[in-house]
Amino acid sequence: MKAFRSLAIAAVALTTLLAGCERPPVDMVQRGFRGTGMAQVYNPRTVDAQLAMHQAPEAIPPAEPGGPPGSAVFKNVQVLGDLSVAEFTRTMVAMTAWVSPKEGCAYCHAGADFASDDKYAKVVARRMLQMTKHLNTDWKDHVAETGVTCYTCHRGQPVPAKIWFKDPGPKTAAGPAGTRAGQNAPATSVALSSLPFDPFTPFLQEENSIRVAGTTALPEGNRQSTKQTEWTYGLMMHFSDSLGVNCTYCHNSRAFSDWNQSPPQRATAWHGIRMVRDLNNAYLEPLGPTYPKERLGTTGDAPKANCSTCHQGAYKPLYGAAMAKDYPALHGAAPAKVAEKK
Amino acid sequence: MAMLSFEKKYRVRGGTLLGGDLFDFWVGPFYVGFFGITTFFFSFIGTALIFYGAATGPTWNPWQISIAPPDLSYGLALAPLQDGGLWQIITFCAIGAFCSWALREVEICRKLGIGLHVPFAFSVAIFAYITLVVVRPLLLGAWGHGFPYGILSHLDWVSNTGYQYLHFHYNPAHMLAVTFFFTTTLALALHGALILSSTNPPKGEVVKTPEHENTFFRDTIGYSIGTLGVHRLGLFLALSAGFWSAVCIVISGPFWTRGWPEWWGWWLNLPIWR
Repeated sequence: MKAFRSLAIAAVALTTLLAGCERPPVDMVQRGFRGTGMAQVYNPRTVDAQLAMHQAPEAIPPAEPGGPPGSAVFKNVQVLGDLSVAEFTRTMVAMTAWVSPKEGCAYCHAGADFASDDKYAKVVARRMLQMTKHLNTDWKDHVAETGVTCYTCHRGQPVPAKIWFKDPGPKTAAGPAGTRAGQNAPATSVALSSLPFDPFTPFLQEENSIRVAGTTALPEGNRQSTKQTEWTYGLMMHFSDSLGVNCTYCHNSRAFSDWNQSPPQRATAWHGIRMVRDLNNAYLEPLGPTYPKERLGTTGDAPKANCSTCHQGAYKPLYGAAMAKDYPALHGAAPAKVAEKK
Repeated sequence: MAMLSFEKKYRVRGGTLLGGDLFDFWVGPFYVGFFGITTFFFSFIGTALIFYGAATGPTWNPWQISIAPPDLSYGLALAPLQDGGLWQIITFCAIGAFCSWALREVEICRKLGIGLHVPFAFSVAIFAYITLVVVRPLLLGAWGHGFPYGILSHLDWVSNTGYQYLHFHYNPAHMLAVTFFFTTTLALALHGALILSSTNPPKGEVVKTPEHENTFFRDTIGYSIGTLGVHRLGLFLALSAGFWSAVCIVISGPFWTRGWPEWWGWWLNLPIWR
């Protein structure tokens, strides 16, 4: 009887422990010399379930070459004026499918007057086109030849699912004295760890230093604190979560800071950090006055981008599908002259 | 070799698990036995293979010598000697040697007529090792998930394997294991301090008895587990540390593929505060 009882207790304890868990078989992808523990861990059932989410839509058949430029036929074409009428129309159709398939053209265009800038969404869309061109042309260090399209972030929704606002954190009764620096406040922004919950403002908008590890074997003058380290780790949790990878995708943890021991993906991520900062500061935050109030964050800031805005859980957005190459509108330098919000 | 006065009493034949009288003798103070022979056999082959691996490897620096397991692509098959095959044979020899040693301990316990506490305790350590290099690789489908045999390389493996789950301190079994490890050392420190202080009284005072020791702890923390109980507690704490260590690594991968902080989602989603 006693033995039965302890067996029962053990069984209940084991079940409780495994209740929140997954099950074998799992997939591991080796990414370093054997025995170094450099490997990515995947649950094939989860990957299968998310596969549809990361499929790129089919490209629209190419437009017939030739024809007059769009600027000669349409009014108020500020960014895509160089495109032929056919290619211009094709781009508009593609954008509608990527961004507002339910709402259609009317999401951006006011009534019958397609030249009108009355809707804020059209002003934003124009700026986003410039951003996409800039991204595909000047940030090849991160997006390579794959590039991005509106669909990379929007996925058929007028507002991308993965955007961020400044997070002032929970209000505490103690006021400033009650600041917990993210302790005991598990947040989805940092993969449910109790780390600072808004690592985006200091690192993906402001240019605070991310490196906290010393570069020497012995501590010689590295003044980075535990608290600073937690901010950095918060950002890193976001990276892992956004890309569906673990720390060893970019780092050999025996020496986090050493580039020679790091997988090449770390360099791509380094450029990515600078790219996102550039987009947030040059394109996204300045759109604040253009947006209606309901599109802004609690502190009145504009929606901004981080890693998951494009990646959405995949190591490469849309598993590296090269969508952008089919759309000439999304490449090349954007014309400098663009009207601000009316 | 000289024998202690009471040793004769324990040098009795019999009590062997295997082999009957074969090897049931002593060499100097050391009992041999069938499992002593197998221990020697496996440890000699295993150690020799480690030296062979070092000789064909890039370094003789003892810190850097590493015998790495095969690539994951070999799955559960045998790998060529220089591509992880050595690791596979050495692992086999290590398990053979460890288990032989445990069984030799059992034979000695039987000769002494004492309980099997010592071999049981050692078995928990073997269990943790086998979990790392056999059970988890089997569950994950490749021998390459074992850790490399090297002083520094096995630490690098531990570090990277921990970071595969983003933040290993959120692993619930790791929490238990770490807590048991620290509690073991705390208990040993308390117990050691008590024994040393009671057996080394100031000049002029007598050595204290267990009655005194019990009183001391009853006065300070309200409870004394007793002279026998403290050793049972110590064994429980130490074995629990090893047991939960094995659990914490075997659930990482086979039973959880994401960051450990995320595992606590079930707690955050309890209906009482969600």
